[in-house]
Amino acid sequence: MNEAMSLIKLTINNQAHTVDIDPDMPLLWVIRDVVGLTGTKFGCGVSQCGACTVHLNGSPIRSCSFPASAAVGQKITTIEGISKEGDHPVQKAWVAHQVPQCGYCQSGQIMSAVALLKQTPKPTDSDIDAAMQGNICRCGTYNRIRQAIHSAAADIATPAKSPKSTPKLGKR
Amino acid sequence: MSSKPIQNGIDRRSFLKAAGITGSAFVLGCFSSETMAGPILNVSTGPELTLANAHELTPFVLIEKSGRITLMNPRPEIGQGTYQSVPALIAEELEVSLDNVVIKQTGGETKFGGLWSQAVGGSGSIRGGYFQMRKIGASARDMLIKAASQQWNVPTEECYAKEASVFHRPSGKKLSYGELVDVASTLEVPKEPKLKDPNDFKILGTSAPRPDTPMKVKGQAMFGIDSKLPGMLYASVERCPVLGSNLVNFDASESLKVKGVQKAVKVERVVGKNRYEGVAVVADTYWAALKGRKALKIQWNHNGYDSFSTADFENKLRDLAKNEGVTGHKTGEFNQAFNEAPVKLEAFYETPIVSHSTMEPMNALAHYQAGDKVDLWVSSQGGDLVRDEVAKVLKIPADNINVHIMFNGGGFGRRLTQDFATEAALLSKTIGKPVKVVWTREDDTTQGPFRPMTFSAMRGALSANGQAIALQHKVISPSIDATMGETYDKTKPDGTMLEGTSEQKYEIPNVSTQYVHADIHIPLSYWRSVTSSTLAFSHECFLDEMAHKAGKDPMDFRLAMLTKDSDTKRVLQKLKELSGWDKPLPAGKGRGVAQWEFFAGLAGQVVEVSKTNSGGVKVDKVYCVIDLGTVVNPDTVKAQVEGAIAMALTAATKDSITFEKGQAVETNFDKNRMLRIHEMPEVNVLILAEGGSTIKGVGEPGLPPLAPALANAVFAATGKRIRRLPFDIEKV
Repeated sequence: MNEAMSLIKLTINNQAHTVDIDPDMPLLWVIRDVVGLTGTKFGCGVSQCGACTVHLNGSPIRSCSFPASAAVGQKITTIEGISKEGDHPVQKAWVAHQVPQCGYCQSGQIMSAVALLKQTPKPTDSDIDAAMQGNICRCGTYNRIRQAIHSAAADIATPAKSPKSTPKLGKR
Repeated sequence: MSSKPIQNGIDRRSFLKAAGITGSAFVLGCFSSETMAGPILNVSTGPELTLANAHELTPFVLIEKSGRITLMNPRPEIGQGTYQSVPALIAEELEVSLDNVVIKQTGGETKFGGLWSQAVGGSGSIRGGYFQMRKIGASARDMLIKAASQQWNVPTEECYAKEASVFHRPSGKKLSYGELVDVASTLEVPKEPKLKDPNDFKILGTSAPRPDTPMKVKGQAMFGIDSKLPGMLYASVERCPVLGSNLVNFDASESLKVKGVQKAVKVERVVGKNRYEGVAVVADTYWAALKGRKALKIQWNHNGYDSFSTADFENKLRDLAKNEGVTGHKTGEFNQAFNEAPVKLEAFYETPIVSHSTMEPMNALAHYQAGDKVDLWVSSQGGDLVRDEVAKVLKIPADNINVHIMFNGGGFGRRLTQDFATEAALLSKTIGKPVKVVWTREDDTTQGPFRPMTFSAMRGALSANGQAIALQHKVISPSIDATMGETYDKTKPDGTMLEGTSEQKYEIPNVSTQYVHADIHIPLSYWRSVTSSTLAFSHECFLDEMAHKAGKDPMDFRLAMLTKDSDTKRVLQKLKELSGWDKPLPAGKGRGVAQWEFFAGLAGQVVEVSKTNSGGVKVDKVYCVIDLGTVVNPDTVKAQVEGAIAMALTAATKDSITFEKGQAVETNFDKNRMLRIHEMPEVNVLILAEGGSTIKGVGEPGLPPLAPALANAVFAATGKRIRRLPFDIEKV
């Protein structure tokens, strides 16, 4: 058992944090309990549900099973960091389609969707199936998630259509 | 067939009564101002109310001189949309936009109503509050109008309210609610204010966006698990995997070596009549608490429960099926009709124990303070339920308990049981500091309370020309009330366990329902749509078997038993139209139908499936007609139906909770699988809201018809009858 604590430096949403933690503490608990960003959720603790999804250098990871010490020197992005005003095209599409019910899984869903659209700007339904399969929604918002991802993709392709200018993906 | 009131548990009848559904009058509370001292910490991240200049027009409506309006929502938001739909009832009559109000959750305080009036369950929030909440808004509006008319010295009839102001029609004069509140709050609360004509509704009946959505897409919505207090400690509790065990002793010496671990203490978990013992490891961080918990050495006494298995229990239920049950409902003479009938059928249906598996695991933050006062921050389906249960378990006055209801990361009935709240309160009392207890997914999956399994022995008879003349539904199962309540009378029919079986509108001349009880030590509770979630499956699949035996189309067979006008008949007729039932499907596809009417409401569904190359079926499409009478927000209704379908499909085709050697075998989402995005069918919902006096529920009715409609579709496509859930959809 590793009982030593150590100071590690993490960059979360472009902000540097020095935290004094047990180095095998999963990133999830550092983000939630130490840094205090509670948008990222605990669902299963074993990478089965996706509620804890954050980005590591832009790629989705399950923070519940990712030791914080392995994230040192890398760029971590949480739901709080994808836009300043909550106006990322994916967030706007989520509102337009009224996706969330209880909303607990939605931070993770959005993080997976943002990563998908960065890699595949025009995803097909099977692209969405593949990218979003790791995120469980117990309220059953799946059809709306699919519609919202297609809408967000269209919004990113032709942002002029949307009333407000939207931040470009991956620029944050 | 009323279920008995049960201590520490849930009595549906008194619940529905308190929820206003049976028509108990609502009394507007006294409107003393500034009774809510101090800031209201609550779900939203909006500015805290200081209430220095606020007045309560009713306990539910607070208006500040600045013009800021706060509406108190008594129905916790568990995903079903009550954070919009319930305040909308007040706002509509008050003539304010929901965009311009602050919405706060009530915490079970008595001024907001008696027990169960601040809870969500039984699909009762709109049914119970539709007139009650509107009256509250209308009363406040009338008080503001009266205040303006006094100020202007004009008749009230010349004044009207609009957009948070009162206008004088002849002169065009205007005063805002903020300007009027000082005077308005001194006026008498009208008892029977005039409600608006639904034709004048601005919010009700529209698919208004939910005010919680922006918070939820930004990660700002505060759930119970997100609660925090200075000096708070985290706890993780080791409870025996064998339910029914008690603690002999424990050794925490290794746990205490984990950096950050402060203490390890015994703690009790109260679930209805059941009291379980566990060992809580309390630490500076949750991670340390988890590590410390893993290092515990505990000796349990299993009290013989370590030999329990669901496989054995299922055999017991099959054995018990031979027994005559307690009669629940009786129309005509079933035995005689069955014995004399030319065509007879019998079939046995089996459904399993399942977990609720809300995405937010159970948790609570409690702060026990001097003078036996407790503050709790919880995701719970009822602030009043939390108060009541914590008062009972800790033996302190309910008024000492201050409940902060947070957004619930799913409820589905699980958060009607307040074991997590009492556990946190007991721990905070023992430790002397604020303590947040967070269950792991494994705790959540294996410790219950669970949805009960039900087995059904079905018998039916047809006349020579294929008409249904007799039907018997015998339910063999453990019971929610028996596992939760202090007393249980086995000589009486268990209304909850026979739920819905006698409420179907089919005109079958000889109907009998029976209940055979089986004892179990596993705690059981309400799960979205309760026993209808399993009994609709056996009942409506068996009707399909009867239709097949009669050589009739399943839809026509049902409609032929509905000659009298009824909501069920309208639902099936609309469903037939919506689903294009009469249009033949291509080879390899099949469709099935089912409907269910029960305490919560009524819906019918048609499921379309296609055979896959690998010997399974794929669910292509679900058509649903839901009968409501009146609709408050069509979009949230559709969302509830989509969600009910996803949940029903999970329960029908994924995993159950099974026990071996007394322990749950399925512990996390790897073995207790949930429906995922690629498995979600297309859903087409039609809402029937054609007026009438009956307002039906939304949250649950979309669930019961799914499993039988699916199984019936599988039969239509493959010829295979599904009589046991869950079934493997990939290998039918």
